[in-house]
Amino acid sequence: MSLVDLQGLSVRFGGRTVLSHVNLTLNAGEIVTVVGPNGSGKSTLLRSIIGAVRPNGGKVSKQAGLRIGYVPQKLHIDPTLPLTVRRFLSLPNRVSDADAEAALAQAGAGNLMGSQMSALSGGQFQRALLARALLMRPQLLILDEATQGLDQPGSAAFYRQIEDVRKTIGCAVLMVSHELHVVMAASDRVICLNGHICCEGAPEHVASAPEYRALFGTGTQGALALYRHEHNHHHDHTHETSA
Amino acid sequence: MSVFLDSFLMRAALAGLGVALAAAPLGCFVVWRRMAYFGDATAHASIMGVALALSFSMSIFVGVLAVCLIMATTISTLSGRGYAMDTLLGVIAHSSLAIGLIAVSLIQDVRVDLMSYLFGDILAVNKTDLMVIWGGALLVLVLIWWRWSGLLLSTLNPDLARASGIDPKREQLILTLALSVVVAVAIKVVGVLLIAAMLIIPAASARPFANTPERMVLIAACLGGLAALGGLQASYHFDTPTGPSIVCLAAIFFTASGMTHWIKTRLHA
Repeated sequence: MSLVDLQGLSVRFGGRTVLSHVNLTLNAGEIVTVVGPNGSGKSTLLRSIIGAVRPNGGKVSKQAGLRIGYVPQKLHIDPTLPLTVRRFLSLPNRVSDADAEAALAQAGAGNLMGSQMSALSGGQFQRALLARALLMRPQLLILDEATQGLDQPGSAAFYRQIEDVRKTIGCAVLMVSHELHVVMAASDRVICLNGHICCEGAPEHVASAPEYRALFGTGTQGALALYRHEHNHHHDHTHETSA
Repeated sequence: MSVFLDSFLMRAALAGLGVALAAAPLGCFVVWRRMAYFGDATAHASIMGVALALSFSMSIFVGVLAVCLIMATTISTLSGRGYAMDTLLGVIAHSSLAIGLIAVSLIQDVRVDLMSYLFGDILAVNKTDLMVIWGGALLVLVLIWWRWSGLLLSTLNPDLARASGIDPKREQLILTLALSVVVAVAIKVVGVLLIAAMLIIPAASARPFANTPERMVLIAACLGGLAALGGLQASYHFDTPTGPSIVCLAAIFFTASGMTHWIKTRLHA
């Protein structure tokens, strides 16, 4: 049984069609990346899966009791709200110190327990969000442009962390990103979205598909190959964790 | 106990404490969610509730609560439909205040001391009022304590709440409900014009000294309670109006808190 099954999903915002007839199935343990230009409905797709957007047509079916860990695109914490990382990890369900510690370590953000959320750097903040998502013991991890604002090595390190996490806890991952070459290399399946699904399949397949090239040009293919090559080495594995 | 409550000063002190306690957690949410104007608007509209209560000879509490609830749900449903939130609040709050003022003036067989509703009349709190105030305060505290995690997560990010199976709209409704109750019970203590101050000022003063949301609420409750008791005493001493004295003391706390924080960060820098 698949974790999530979208059938003919259509979403309109104030008369504008954002998604039309999207069919998508997510299976246990796979990493699926959604790519697409700005305004192509990527975030809307994720938000319909978590239930924040009500579809105008079609159906979103989720496995009963599906546990979703969600890492939003950007989280603005109002400076009037004092919040330590430790306290944040206990939202909405209280977790033990040991579990919180372990989740932070797994997300590559040890030693942050007592820090204020508002004092974290971009990379640390995303890792704290990831740690909280991991504490939900997710069967499906959803990341919406989780590396926005990180530099190239930073986001590469972040996605490697995601791969590690998937290996350890075996969850499925659904993510959106602008950084095509980095993300696509880490994925089992890539979905190219532009209001509808243009093309989908293995990263190599999508990168050479005419629909994908029409949207992104051919420039990224070289980078994809390059990253594939580098990917076997782990020399800069700790690059971002201390940033 | 009854002798204890026979003193009007004692009743006033207890009334002030009750309002300060209920206002603390709610005030923090008002500050975190930037709902300050929302609190103000609800309070202004409550004058219409006073008029309603007087013309149908209901209890003021019930009238105000009803109007606040209607007002709050109207704003919640209308928001995001073409008008900016603050515009909408400005229109609804002030027109309902105006309608309320006219309605009160039309009630001929009752002599209405409007001042006591605008600025509160804490020294005239009787035992029934006290029961209503503490009943309302406890209701609000229980409500917020029960929904605490959901409220906090929805305040942080609605999508994050959704993904955890919490409905942020429902949490918003609970806050709105609690806000209406606080306005309804506080009207006698600080009056329509100063209710928002009791919500916001203690919470804002608590912010620099808190590192978790819970601590901020606790400190806000202490500061609010202190302002209520101190303000009452000051007004007795200097023969000043009580509600405004309470708010003035809270404002002094706010200034002191801001200055302490400023000096502390300077020393560390």
